[in-house]
Amino acid sequence: MSSRIFGSGIRRREDPRLITGSALYTHDITLPGMAYAVMLRSSHAHARITRIDTDRAAAAPGVLAVYTGADIEGALQPVPCAWLLPDSGLKIAPYPCIARDVVHYTGDIVAVVVAEELPQAHDAVELIEADYEPLPAVTDPEQAAGADAPQLHAKDVNGDDIAGNQAFHWTVAGGDVDAAFAEAEADGVVIKERILQQRLIPNAMEPRGAVAQYNRATGELTLWNTTQNPHIVRFLCSVVTGIPEDKLRVIAPEVGGGFGSKIAVYPADFITVFCSKQLGRPVKWIETRSENYQATTHGRDHVQDVELAATKDGRITGLRCTVHAGMGAYLSTAAPGIPTILHGLMLSGCYTIPALKEDVYGVYTNGVPVEAYRGAGRPEATFMLERLIDVLAGELGMDPADVRRRNFIPKFDDGHEVITTLNYDSGDYPGALDKLLDHTGYQALRERQAAGPSNGKYLGLGLSSYVEICGLGPSQVAGAIGFQGGLWESAIVRFHPTGKVHVFIGASPHGQGEETTFAQIVASEIGVDAGDVKIFHGDTDATPMGWGTYGSRTTAVGGAALALAVRKIRDKAKVLAAHLLEASVEDMDYEDGKFFVKGSPDKSKTIQDIALMANVAWDLPEGMEAGLEASTFYDPPNFVFPYGAHLAVVEVDAATGQVDLTGYTALDDCGPQINPVIVEGQVHGGVVQGIGQALWEGAAYDDSGQLVTGSMLDYALPRADLLPPIDVISTVTRSPHHPLGVKGIGEAGTIASTAAVYNAVIDALKPLGVKRIDMPFTPERVWRAIQEAKGS
Amino acid sequence: MTVPVRITVNGRPVERDVEPRLLLVHFIRVFAEQTGTKIGCDTSQCGACTVLIDGVSAKSCTTLAVQADGSSVTTIEGLSDGEQLHPLQESFWNKHGLQCGFCTPGMILASHELLRTNASPSEAEIRHGLEGNMCRCTGYQNIVRAVRDAAETMATAK
Ligand code: FES
Ligand code: FES
Repeated sequence: MSSRIFGSGIRRREDPRLITGSALYTHDITLPGMAYAVMLRSSHAHARITRIDTDRAAAAPGVLAVYTGADIEGALQPVPCAWLLPDSGLKIAPYPCIARDVVHYTGDIVAVVVAEELPQAHDAVELIEADYEPLPAVTDPEQAAGADAPQLHAKDVNGDDIAGNQAFHWTVAGGDVDAAFAEAEADGVVIKERILQQRLIPNAMEPRGAVAQYNRATGELTLWNTTQNPHIVRFLCSVVTGIPEDKLRVIAPEVGGGFGSKIAVYPADFITVFCSKQLGRPVKWIETRSENYQATTHGRDHVQDVELAATKDGRITGLRCTVHAGMGAYLSTAAPGIPTILHGLMLSGCYTIPALKEDVYGVYTNGVPVEAYRGAGRPEATFMLERLIDVLAGELGMDPADVRRRNFIPKFDDGHEVITTLNYDSGDYPGALDKLLDHTGYQALRERQAAGPSNGKYLGLGLSSYVEICGLGPSQVAGAIGFQGGLWESAIVRFHPTGKVHVFIGASPHGQGEETTFAQIVASEIGVDAGDVKIFHGDTDATPMGWGTYGSRTTAVGGAALALAVRKIRDKAKVLAAHLLEASVEDMDYEDGKFFVKGSPDKSKTIQDIALMANVAWDLPEGMEAGLEASTFYDPPNFVFPYGAHLAVVEVDAATGQVDLTGYTALDDCGPQINPVIVEGQVHGGVVQGIGQALWEGAAYDDSGQLVTGSMLDYALPRADLLPPIDVISTVTRSPHHPLGVKGIGEAGTIASTAAVYNAVIDALKPLGVKRIDMPFTPERVWRAIQEAKGS
Repeated sequence: MTVPVRITVNGRPVERDVEPRLLLVHFIRVFAEQTGTKIGCDTSQCGACTVLIDGVSAKSCTTLAVQADGSSVTTIEGLSDGEQLHPLQESFWNKHGLQCGFCTPGMILASHELLRTNASPSEAEIRHGLEGNMCRCTGYQNIVRAVRDAAETMATAK
């Protein structure tokens, strides 16, 4: 197999099991003697529990046990928050697995029923009598921070007061932002915007769930879990349940998408473990979709007040903003880092911004905990900037593309430090935009737009230039920013005597196709056939430690670990080949799976020859160990920074407010593409998720804190018939510090596309005087905005 | 109260006394032990549970097992002919029509229905025909490609 396998869009090896229904997801696992758990969740968003009577439920047919908060006391520790954001006054509220006194959102669990059969457990849950004394609730983050707001938590885990529902206050600043604004007030422009990044429901198609099998004889637990990071689950499960890490095996079997919602560890999963331990039987718990909406982490939920200072010719001089980030009822596992580190540090985007300051207030609300959701902090930053630039362009009567050009960081190949202190690796932002505009015929579209609406339909163009931080990340940085773990990845590569390869890797893909891309990496590094490489992942007993699949880091960090492990093997193989060919190592060359003496390619050994000879060990050079195996821990020296530029084209019907997305082009630069077909698929999915935010999606609570969008009936997901084909193009800029030069692509589409669509809609409505509309752009909202603009 | 039900799932008859409220999807997954059919929602929106009942597609989470009594159900496990994949399965694989695979069984069977009623659908017809099936991973684009590709293969095979 030649090195051309790198860059080839080969079919995915994951697919045969998925297209035949033979793949096993958590829900599909059945064990002998298995019992079924169903959670009773709170019927109030904020209330004091006054009574729970489980007698009737416990006596119901098939019921094995009913547990409440009193039963888990001491057995299950509170769910930990694992991102201890420094210098932010972080106050972590106690997050019990089962609420005992006060419930803080409708997802809070108050009891669990375990029964022989699932329908019996469902029936019995209905028989639990729970009485509550309702308390006032608040779900809007800005209101929750207000003076008269209901207070969720009196004390944090250390017994310190939590005032004003504030979980943290984090700041990023650089340059003299006040001076920049003073100057712009005097002789420039200042624009102000209020941006609502609405709460979103991730909607991985596979609901969450757990199968716990505790063996009383050995004290060992096996936990099958719908997770993006089984090793983190093992670590935190050990903290919460007290089962030592060495007796805990976590398996992420087939996992049906995550998008951030399967990063966190959850009460229900630990309760399932508890039930198995108590009963000495395997227990399965799978959430329903409504329960997923009610209790599995949500995303975004920012109220942003933003100001931009610029010169009259469109040069940005300062950015100032205040963000109220809704955190929901408790701080989920990685939550504090999302609206801060992953958001605030990216605030200068692709632009040279000499001064900025952001204050982020993390606020407790009576809603589902807010976590990473595809893009995690970066879409909220990109949107802010891209929106402001379009407003600035409107203010100055410039084309939005020109304002971007005026402010772009010039092309760089090896490091560029920005005002937030990040050191971007490589990028050509002007080049990306130019290529996008050329490819899409932007000028011609502008001319068509200038001709005016046709049949009452207004054409709009929306640009979005982005750079994102991914490939998380250097572990030293992780420590400095309070992340309670490392961010390296590891891989073990083992050659068998026949030249077949096993790879054991800590990363845990769940739909992204890395079994295929990882095999391509091995094949391209050492010339074996990709089909001869088997990839093992997602089982903590079988694989080395890994920190999980999120933050577009699996190929960027896990792939680097793998490539370096294979290079170690190549080095050893070269020494052995030299020995077998009676040549000196310095005289050896390698190409496409063959080691040969320089200048005489016929004197060669294939990697398969070497694998055999290394494994039988009949004739090894002095001091060489038998076998052909290597392992690496790759701790990245820096993050990677993919970037790109997107264009959305819409037509808005002014009479009905209907928005038609008629075209979408994504240009992304994720460095060299290992499998371009997979890359394209990631872009499609990512872009559509971002479009969903702009046009359809939004979680809503009523005043009492009940989730109004409580099922798929009420929460509008993107559907096939609502979308145009996405045109995907790319440029290729290597990351200078990465062994393969690659960056990441999992989140790029989502990071860019919401702003592109938003900008396009407002651009279309410019002749009608519409300046802003809150997302999502339902026909009613758009129509109202048009009427209001007419009125004013 | 239970009701006797006999449903042939992928060619194998399965007989059980079931509660009248039992959904077909549970019958398939629990009694017929065919777990390829997925459950993605509880409001009949996502289409992950789509199967063929006597050759016609249905959402098995909206069908009671008793309603399917006497019928023959085909799930994703029964679509291929032994080792030989169905053209839709081949096309989903060839065109990268899936990522996490959770929507895929339902998506393939919904596409089966689409091609049964319209052998050569346009892009718009495919998009329209699949509006009842949700996919969060692919943005649908390669699913549409896959269905078109399968339609072509099936047309030339005829
Ligand atoms: S499970 Fe969602 S439609 Fe049947
Ligand atoms: S492939 Fe994941 S939901 Fe469709």
